[in-house]
Amino acid sequence: MNPEPTFATNEQSRWKSLYNVLSKPGPFADEDWVPGQDTIDALESSKILVIGAGGLGCEILKNLALSGFKDIHVIDMDTIDISNLNRQFLFRQADIGKPKAEVAAAFVQKRVKGVTITPYVGKIQDKDEDYYMQFKIIICGLDSIEARRWINSTLISMVDMEDPESLKPLIDGGTEGFKGQARVILPTLSSCIECQLDMHAPRPAVPLCTIATIPRQPQHCIEWAHQIAWQEKRKDDTFDSDDMEHISWVYNAAHERAQQFHIHGVTFQMTQGVVKNIIPAIASTNAVIAASTTSEVLKIATSCNPYLNNYMMYAGEEGVYTYTFEAEKKADCPVCGNLARKMDVDPNMTLGDFIESLGEKAESQLKKPSMRTEEKTLYQRFPPQLEERTRPNLSLKLKELIEDGQEIAVSDSAYTIDFRFRLNFN
Amino acid sequence: MTDSFPAALTGPTSKERKYDRQLRLWAATGQQALEDSRVLLVNSDGPLGYNNKGVSGVAGVETLKNLVLPGIGGFTIVDPATVTESDLGVNFFLEEESLGKSRAEETCRLLREINPDVQGYFYSKNITDLLQDPDFLPRHKLVIVSGPTKRSSLAPLCHVAKELGIPVLYIHSVGFFSSFSVQLPAEFPIVETHPDPESTQDLRLLNPWPELVAAAAKLSDLNSLDDHQHGHVPYILLLLRFLEQWKQSHDGNAPGNYKEKTEFREFVRSQARTSNPEGGEENFDEAAAAVLKTISPFSLRSSIREIFDMDECKQLSPTSQDFWIIASAIKTFYESHSVLPLPGSLPDMKAQSADYISLQNIYKAKARQDVEEVTATVRQLESQLGRQTPAILDREIEVFCRNAAHIKVVRGRSIPQVSIDSDMATWKTIRNQLSMPDSLMPAFIACQILDSVVDEIQSSGQEESLSVDDSGLWNSHTQRILALLNVANGDGIGEDAKQQITDAIQELRRAEGGELHNISSLTGGLVAQEALKVLTRQYVPLDNTCVFDGARSRSEMYRL
Repeated sequence: MNPEPTFATNEQSRWKSLYNVLSKPGPFADEDWVPGQDTIDALESSKILVIGAGGLGCEILKNLALSGFKDIHVIDMDTIDISNLNRQFLFRQADIGKPKAEVAAAFVQKRVKGVTITPYVGKIQDKDEDYYMQFKIIICGLDSIEARRWINSTLISMVDMEDPESLKPLIDGGTEGFKGQARVILPTLSSCIECQLDMHAPRPAVPLCTIATIPRQPQHCIEWAHQIAWQEKRKDDTFDSDDMEHISWVYNAAHERAQQFHIHGVTFQMTQGVVKNIIPAIASTNAVIAASTTSEVLKIATSCNPYLNNYMMYAGEEGVYTYTFEAEKKADCPVCGNLARKMDVDPNMTLGDFIESLGEKAESQLKKPSMRTEEKTLYQRFPPQLEERTRPNLSLKLKELIEDGQEIAVSDSAYTIDFRFRLNFN
Repeated sequence: MTDSFPAALTGPTSKERKYDRQLRLWAATGQQALEDSRVLLVNSDGPLGYNNKGVSGVAGVETLKNLVLPGIGGFTIVDPATVTESDLGVNFFLEEESLGKSRAEETCRLLREINPDVQGYFYSKNITDLLQDPDFLPRHKLVIVSGPTKRSSLAPLCHVAKELGIPVLYIHSVGFFSSFSVQLPAEFPIVETHPDPESTQDLRLLNPWPELVAAAAKLSDLNSLDDHQHGHVPYILLLLRFLEQWKQSHDGNAPGNYKEKTEFREFVRSQARTSNPEGGEENFDEAAAAVLKTISPFSLRSSIREIFDMDECKQLSPTSQDFWIIASAIKTFYESHSVLPLPGSLPDMKAQSADYISLQNIYKAKARQDVEEVTATVRQLESQLGRQTPAILDREIEVFCRNAAHIKVVRGRSIPQVSIDSDMATWKTIRNQLSMPDSLMPAFIACQILDSVVDEIQSSGQEESLSVDDSGLWNSHTQRILALLNVANGDGIGEDAKQQITDAIQELRRAEGGELHNISSLTGGLVAQEALKVLTRQYVPLDNTCVFDGARSRSEMYRL
């Protein structure tokens, strides 16, 4: 009889389902939670930062805008590539080469009335604490562990126990093929990216001697062409993995080497995959993970239901599998803990080999570390004079430089903080 | 060296570049299957009461988005609704200008924009009208239905789809809950299940074939090798050599139980040279690490034995699917060799290039030989059966042989509905789930009650006066379904279970039947994932129901 209540404003009919959910008590919501207009206002006034405007970021921007958030910022340094178009649905063929953050922000702002999306084309490291302090919640859709670790340590160092506003929840999503994960991090209060670092171990690198002298797999031939042949034949050109001519050159060099060793299977696709470290990515997995992260943002901003505590992993290869659990906060976490992390080392290992091993160890993953003990500098990459002075230490054995059980502080230009390790001789 | 080359022969096409990140998962064959598919989305089926113009269908549209992006051939949207203000607050594939227009047409237009390779069609009609045309449904390879919808629309659609062998996905996304079920054909075989690469290794160390035995025998006395050679003997040959030694001192038996295997592992370890500068040898480390995993006799997995025992495999007919002809040939192979065809892949290992390649060639040659034997059986079966269909492709037989240990047959089931006719197995699953404190089954039951409420509204002819949030309707259908559960449960369902169902209903009703974008987007991701698996016949699809709870960030699967 009576189709739409006539007193309803456009806003109320537009956001009908969302406002319903925020205006009625729920059986799983906190008992003290008060549904209604205040909750709706809290949602609409929450300023959100999205890091990454790629596969996850496009979905996240859409989801936030359609969850009623009005003030959204997005950071991404990348430009649009043709291989993004199979999942990054805010981009078209004609957008190739343009900055992702700008195109994505403009698209969602145009499509969803009433939302403002502010893009920044650049690195997260360009911004300081004052910038990050303005947001209520930060949400990450990144493919780089390094960027995640940077924002994680930055947000943790911003926490001021006297000021609850300084605690910025970090919601992180990641995908690979049919798998992914979503996690909620309350800086200093719950398990952080660094606590969970060993759950995301890097793929073991192929030893250099295999690449240089005894290749067995097509990938070994590609690594040879990429790392060794290029240096020998084209050292004046900086290798660019987006330059088709460069990839083709590596492919051909790899192909020729494979033939010499009777190795089959070098393809152009594999060559690109190896040199660019390509991770398979599809729209559907991104949709699942992005929506799961934005659902947590909505719940944290409004308290309308409990938020994820604190990790959900998803695997879609065989049916639909999720596992939700609480990842542990570690007392010896180099970022949010106050104890040095234990690390077993061979006392006969040289400092140089030890430094190299830090790049591959799941619990450190530091590519360009410098380090010192409380008394002395062991190795320092910068400035050059100090590098020169500490370089001889690289060929010394660990037992000649430190005591068993001694603590070292490791810094890496990619991160703002020091990592503390207690080295136990085995 | 590589100064010039024919770029056109090596570089990828622009289509390969666009789809690169997904071709690495399902390859050109999977992509072709997608491009040959048109998907039907039945996105609404009339009003759900006086204050609800119909299902908003966001989960359905989001599913299509995730299928249009990877490049299905085409899609059809069936949706009689016109765009309302509340659609704009939840559906991304509508814009301000869409207000008052056909929702089927507008969503179709905006979805097509995201991939010009995909064809889009729309009908602003009810599905029941469209089913009058017998040619309509067969144009599609998959049907997706946005629930809740009345039984008189859903049942005939599912029935016709089943007869045609077209899979159906039935979705609910309401408030923080979603639930979806898939109806697959009665038999749905999958060859390319993409198991974890670790689990696919079959090295045959306990039953090596003559060429592999010969390769191990050819190895010189290990003591006579210099350090470099000694450190580069492929671990497979090391293990074969040491197994021979072990057998000599153990009455000709290989290590059998865990204790013997760990003893053997220590023995392998003890043979490594430690006097070298590295203080150990990587190939010996690899050999020791592989002992527990690889020193086991071949055993046929029970899931494969079940497939061999299925009637379709035992009683071939001229119209049997290719899958069953090949499965039967593989069964014959197994019966004569007590192993499955060798997959032929060899893990990487510390070795000199030439030694590794020659070992790899031994595995590849054996795999080829096994494929040839299976192919001969297939050809024999084809001619015995007098099949009219084109000969099974060699490639298909080869892929099957490589995946033989991991094939799968899903027995399709109807879209579940809690009713007096539900089968025993379904009742048992529901009963078991309701006895668990954290089960998401109550959310599934809440969706079932919603279906009943909507069915009553849509079938009553009183859409103008009833509301989808009518407490009277909810109470009566809740009582009816609880009564069914009580009867099925014998002693009746417990108080805890009742409370959980009450909570689930309360949570579901918060949205008054409406969708939240996040939950629908997530559901669209999950449903699209299943659609991709069904269309490509790769990976393993859901069997048959999934429930997602966005309030507690969890999901569960049930076979109902």
